[in-house]
Amino acid sequence: MPGLGARLGRGGATTTQQSLADSDCIVIMGSNMAENHPVGFRFVLKAKTKGATIIHVDPRFSRTSALADLHVPLRPGTDLAVLGGIVNYVLNSERWNSDPFFKEYLTHYTNAPLIVSEQFKDTEDLEGLFSGYDPEQRRYRTETWQFAAEEAEQDHGPNAEPSSAPVDMTLQHPNCVFQIVKRHFARYTPELVEQISGVPRDLLITVAETLLQNSGRDRTSAFCYAVAWTQHTIGTQIISCCALLQLLLGNIGRPGGGILALRGHATIQGSTDIPTLYNLLPGYLPMPSTQAGHRSLREYLATEQPPTGMWFNLPRFMVSLLTAWYGDAATPENDFAYDLLPKISGDYSFEAMIPMMADGVMKGLFCLGQNPAVGGQNAVLVRKALANLDWLVVRDAYEIETAAFWYDSPEVRRGELRPEQIKTEVFFLPAALPGEKEGSFTNTQRLVQWHDKAVDPPGDCRSEPWFLYHLGKRLKELYQDDDTPKGRQITALTWDYPTKVLWDEPDLQAVLKEINGFTVADGKPVSSFRELKDDGSTACGCWIYSGIMPEEGYNRARNRRGDDKASLEWGFSWPNNVRILYNRASADPQGRPWSERKRWVWWDPEQGRWTGYDVPDFPVDKPPDYRPPEGARGLDAHAGDKPFVMLPDGRGRLFVPSGLLDGPLPTHYEPWESPVGNLLYPKTPRSPVAPLFERPDNPYHEIGDPRFPYVITTYRLTEHHTAGGMSRTVPWLAELQPEGFVEISPELAAELGIANGDWVVVSTLRGEAEARALVTDRIQPLVIHGRTVHQIGMPWHFGYKGYAQGGIANNLSALIEDPNSRIHEAKAFTCNLRKGRIGREGEHPL
Amino acid sequence: MSVRASQGDGRAGTTGARPGALGFLTDTTLCIGCKACEVACKQWNQLPMDDFGFTGYSYDNTGDLGATTWRHVAFIERVSDREGRRPTRLKAFQSNWLMLSDVCKHCVYAGCLEACPTGAIIRTEFDTVVIQQDICNGCGYCVPACPFGVPALSLTDGKAHKCTLCYDRLKDGLEPACAKACPTDSIQFGPVEQLMERAKRRVADLHAQGVTEAYIYGDREVGGTGGIEGLNAFFILTAPPEVYNLPAQPELPQRKVLPAFLSTAAAALGLGLAALLSLRR
Amino acid sequence: MGIKERLRTHVGRVPNPVSEATRQAHARIRGAEVTVSVCPYCAVGCSQLIYTKDGRIIDIEGNYESPINGGTLCPKGAATYGLLTSPLRETKVKYRAPYSDHWEERSLDWAMERIAQLVKQTRDVTYEETDEHGVPVNRTLGIGHLGGATLDNEENYLIKKLWTAGLGIVAVENQARI
Repeated sequence: MPGLGARLGRGGATTTQQSLADSDCIVIMGSNMAENHPVGFRFVLKAKTKGATIIHVDPRFSRTSALADLHVPLRPGTDLAVLGGIVNYVLNSERWNSDPFFKEYLTHYTNAPLIVSEQFKDTEDLEGLFSGYDPEQRRYRTETWQFAAEEAEQDHGPNAEPSSAPVDMTLQHPNCVFQIVKRHFARYTPELVEQISGVPRDLLITVAETLLQNSGRDRTSAFCYAVAWTQHTIGTQIISCCALLQLLLGNIGRPGGGILALRGHATIQGSTDIPTLYNLLPGYLPMPSTQAGHRSLREYLATEQPPTGMWFNLPRFMVSLLTAWYGDAATPENDFAYDLLPKISGDYSFEAMIPMMADGVMKGLFCLGQNPAVGGQNAVLVRKALANLDWLVVRDAYEIETAAFWYDSPEVRRGELRPEQIKTEVFFLPAALPGEKEGSFTNTQRLVQWHDKAVDPPGDCRSEPWFLYHLGKRLKELYQDDDTPKGRQITALTWDYPTKVLWDEPDLQAVLKEINGFTVADGKPVSSFRELKDDGSTACGCWIYSGIMPEEGYNRARNRRGDDKASLEWGFSWPNNVRILYNRASADPQGRPWSERKRWVWWDPEQGRWTGYDVPDFPVDKPPDYRPPEGARGLDAHAGDKPFVMLPDGRGRLFVPSGLLDGPLPTHYEPWESPVGNLLYPKTPRSPVAPLFERPDNPYHEIGDPRFPYVITTYRLTEHHTAGGMSRTVPWLAELQPEGFVEISPELAAELGIANGDWVVVSTLRGEAEARALVTDRIQPLVIHGRTVHQIGMPWHFGYKGYAQGGIANNLSALIEDPNSRIHEAKAFTCNLRKGRIGREGEHPL
Repeated sequence: MSVRASQGDGRAGTTGARPGALGFLTDTTLCIGCKACEVACKQWNQLPMDDFGFTGYSYDNTGDLGATTWRHVAFIERVSDREGRRPTRLKAFQSNWLMLSDVCKHCVYAGCLEACPTGAIIRTEFDTVVIQQDICNGCGYCVPACPFGVPALSLTDGKAHKCTLCYDRLKDGLEPACAKACPTDSIQFGPVEQLMERAKRRVADLHAQGVTEAYIYGDREVGGTGGIEGLNAFFILTAPPEVYNLPAQPELPQRKVLPAFLSTAAAALGLGLAALLSLRR
Repeated sequence: MGIKERLRTHVGRVPNPVSEATRQAHARIRGAEVTVSVCPYCAVGCSQLIYTKDGRIIDIEGNYESPINGGTLCPKGAATYGLLTSPLRETKVKYRAPYSDHWEERSLDWAMERIAQLVKQTRDVTYEETDEHGVPVNRTLGIGHLGGATLDNEENYLIKKLWTAGLGIVAVENQARI
């Protein structure tokens, strides 16, 4: 999410799946789209049928590769080097330098012409580090990363950036963003990229040329990625490098262009928008943090509210949220009960929670539809952590591994642990499934769709709203006489939803209305976030979903009239039903479509408004030639040719002055566990700021550790879903991939004497997993730094419950994070492999 | 061998289907091997999970068509070239990892139907071939009579089973479950004549895009041979049929009946004559 | 069909009889109620039709009207009926006491009350009103939450609201992080 957010403004796919059908070239990288999003892939094939070129950049030859025009194999963990190589080639190519389109898009729509402070030093100057690095704390200070005009001023927080920084529209100034970017990537030559990634240089050039030929006024190229980009210590920067490249190619905000983030769960996007995440509040408001100086509402707003751009409205969003949550207890006098909202002071991300449980800090855990005993990194430690809890509540449709860890796990099967030694009090509550309850999912393209209820859930199965509502009621009662903050916190919470007959199920239309926002005085829904106020007169649970219920009883997520264009009447797409984000960029600076073929949103001079096939992602009546008056605030401070409304100056960011913790520009570092060092910057082999969990039960492999010579990557299969709770339990899916396996090349199989179907054991310092060997040409060794590096592929679905079982891939992975997203690194680490078993023949795999 | 339908022959590119016949076109060049067809089929027809286990044969763990698997996706890995080099520049659409969703061919002249002694197997009003479960007595004659190995006896009820082309759905004007589910339209359903026209255009397009290997399997030249005349469920393939475990020139076993009968009769006659002659002596 | 043809194919003088079951055959969703749903697996967002008769689900298929899936589904989406009806589906509350080696069956009401009591106990002993600098933090690190990406948006909203705003539970995380 931060990868797209930092450069473009919003942490969401910029385009729709349907728009892929309008692409002239589609690069699928960091994703195995045909296998993991088969139905989305139909639009790739539609584009292909119309003549588009399909490129799959992936370590493995997968079902996606089989339908591509070009398969580009790379070593896992070197995506950024490959993207950097494309950026470098593009910037020096004849086409890019001769077609004026690219520079027109760049100078008007991005921060390429802005001049950066002389204080800034690039990785080129500091052997792989940016200026401002603090080696003690392993973090950057961002003062030197600012634009020239800002030098004298103090850092005003992540979004502070004047809209009047000096610019050089000729892009010649040595310290303009464009020249810095050009110098930064100059090192990424095809020859060096080949040595790092294993991608043959001519193939890299073919990819870059294909992209160039299919980008411009009349042609657009799209990128599709998924967690194979995210799950790296530099995952955010890989994604942000793609955004940078797509800005250079003029592909953002246009039909057939953009970046499609392919999410893996039904509402991954929704659970980020309305975040069950520790560091966010709904609508991407930062969670108040003592480390960021958010001690009071005033301080929170002072650090987080920029003077220009959409986020200037932060006070309206925050006050409306507090009003929605604390109701009458939120008053202007008490800063809308800001004190009642808890503050964070550290990392409580999923990975951080595991040591918290293992060390006894966290004593109780709710697990609602997640299976960390299989899906959690260093799953051996996860299960140890679960065994150290006082209590655990699992709500699921099936008895997943996380619910059963105390009597059935590799540790119990090996006799290392017995139930009599485990104190955890475990509750398994059966859950209702879609079809048995109503609600909405937000799909991969930010489209909110409502699902209706067909039948009542069986037995004790209940919906999550039922569980939460009634647990909340009980807790309010338990605390009703407690006048300390912990009592007031729960008793002040608004929690009075109307209920329906069956088991007093809370009415989700009422919850949706709260999410949408309403006027406190009369309870009427607001029709858009523009109606939200910062004085407590409006309440709103998630401002970016405002407009989903513009009038009482009208649920736009339930709209079901599709068409061949933008399908504006099918579901509700945040923000404001926009389908392609930043679509102001689909017109030229004067507001005319770049070409007839790529027409999408344009300025209608007669009506004096933006119009087109989509909802304009822009103030609808702001003319293309609008220039902000002195001292303008909010969106009024953006000129009429600045499409990136969320960013302070409306310009897409090639250079990110603040908001990314590992640098303003993407840089290739090796995965934390790698067979080789970093050829780009030998003195800085790995991310200098990746958060580590250095503890005896989470050891790391050093670079080039001979005990762990192979690169391993983990992934999913079409036939299964995530940690298996929804697929290994379903007979028709279980039979399709009935057992865990690892994919290895015939070359490695021959070296180790492994035959197809043999049992093998994969090991790291964290743990072991056994599986069947699938020997296949689809896996290939690559020549890296002049020597052969073998790769191993392992699906991570399998575990010890359900019909389809197998060794747990996450027994092997480690707790380690990307500093921005705090997501782990499971797409590239090192391991060993041997023939044989851990358990006995005839036993279930461990 | 060359399996491409020869151009200019009036019979090439026709299945011999009767007017109005309904069937499947399975275009492997669009198949992503997702197996939605297998699951949608099992879901609609309420078929149980098969014998269960890791085969090690690419991503195919259901093995073959059977009594409880009426759509089966075959996976054929042909990734490296003869020198062992992995490919980078690929043929348009499916290449190097072939996937095919196999199914009952609903033959124009169906071996199973003709072998069925109980009258359980019928040709329906849609020109599809269906085993009537309330008549089938499980004699198994249809099993060896099918040149494609489609019908199979169930261990549960002892009867023969195979794809019905969703006969129950067709009666209500619904598309068969597999074709409806297929995300990439690799499986298409419709009147066979229209599907054949579409297939010919598709093959021409593929040839134009450099996939010169593409051809139709299931017309009178390839697949619909040996008295079968044509398949109502036919395929676009890019490799010889044997690669997909399909017979190149299938034949109706019944075709051998008359010659066999005649030769047996001749032998009997000869033996009789010989006996007579020897007795006379 | 000529005599030669008949001989060649050995049978077929009269068509095989059509049985009563064949005559009666029809799609089981004929006359069923239809509910529009969304596939619960990946994030493509396929629209599904759930067919019910007498309060029971009899079939789940893709929705032709969706501009995304146009009636199609992947194998997981096509198995949604199986997800709801698998023999392994749990429908009863199960409870495991500390150090016990077996599940016990308990009532939902008992479990809800016990969970509420445990939340209060743990929260009361781990609650922090201020941090070490005296800044109000009003939180507990003693309780965590996982899950959300397979739940509904409204459910995520209630989770975040009750746990974080109502109880001060800050370690609230879901699969978007992994």
